[in-house]
Amino acid sequence: MDTADESAAQEFSSVVTSHRPQIFRFLLASTRDVDLAETLTQECFLKAFRNWSNFRGDSSVMTWLMRIAINLQKDHWRNRRMQFWRQTRTNAVDLDEASDWLPSGESSAEKQLLARERVGQVWQAVDELSDRQRTVFLLRYVEELELSEIACATGLSEGTVKAHLSRALGKVRTLLGGER
Amino acid sequence: MDKFKAERPEDWEALDPVLKQALGDFKQSVHAWSEAVYSQPRTVHLTVAHRAWRLAAGWAMASVLLVGALSGGVYERHHQQEVARIAAAREAAQQRQLAAERAQEEEDLLARVDSDVSREVPSAMEPLASLMAADETK
Repeated sequence: MDTADESAAQEFSSVVTSHRPQIFRFLLASTRDVDLAETLTQECFLKAFRNWSNFRGDSSVMTWLMRIAINLQKDHWRNRRMQFWRQTRTNAVDLDEASDWLPSGESSAEKQLLARERVGQVWQAVDELSDRQRTVFLLRYVEELELSEIACATGLSEGTVKAHLSRALGKVRTLLGGER
Repeated sequence: MDKFKAERPEDWEALDPVLKQALGDFKQSVHAWSEAVYSQPRTVHLTVAHRAWRLAAGWAMASVLLVGALSGGVYERHHQQEVARIAAAREAAQQRQLAAERAQEEEDLLARVDSDVSREVPSAMEPLASLMAADETK
């Protein structure tokens, strides 16, 4: 390995260290499957490493990585639909289990219960969203990316991103309003 | 809670308080879950082993089914050939037996006719026949 390769490897290593948790978190929230999120995260960074020399910095590293992760996730579900004779069961946790993780700031038992209920309702709404709406919603309200970054990561226009966000928020609002 | 406020999307303030609270809780819940899972020791080797075992079991099952289907087909074909061979042999034996019976019947008939023809003499010629018999004895 020559000096240029070593330097690129070191650079990529720091990219992995700084961005891996966020990519994993997005994939975990998208799939609710720890094993799958871990596998897709590894595939994402493997693919990024192979293409690291082609990354020209037109977008941020985070947006570029997120785009790879979104495409891998799409490929995974497409392959899964095609290979229907394979394992049909997923390891995704159910909504109740996902709602067990509560915001750390809630002190009293009552507040924790209310927070758990709210989180469960949002998970339920997220579960009912289309793949694209879910992706846009999670990127905006969990990863807190800018609309332009979401557009870049998903390959959609900003207008389309806004429309998906609006519909997703509408569903969340309806669910929160309907079950109060 | 306030430390998240600075990081929130710019359209955050346009949301109603209930939705704002729910989205904030949801975000923190996902972050907490992800951090907890991320900091756990990896168990990838177990998963891989489990998947490899499942794959091997799948292949073994498929192989057993394939071998079973092939064996069944071969046995069925062999069985049919054997049945056909026995039926053909039985048919041939029956034919041979029938032919032998017919040949015997024909032979008996001819012998009977021959005997009848050779021994029966019209009554008017019986004295002559007795004379011929007496000459033959001499």
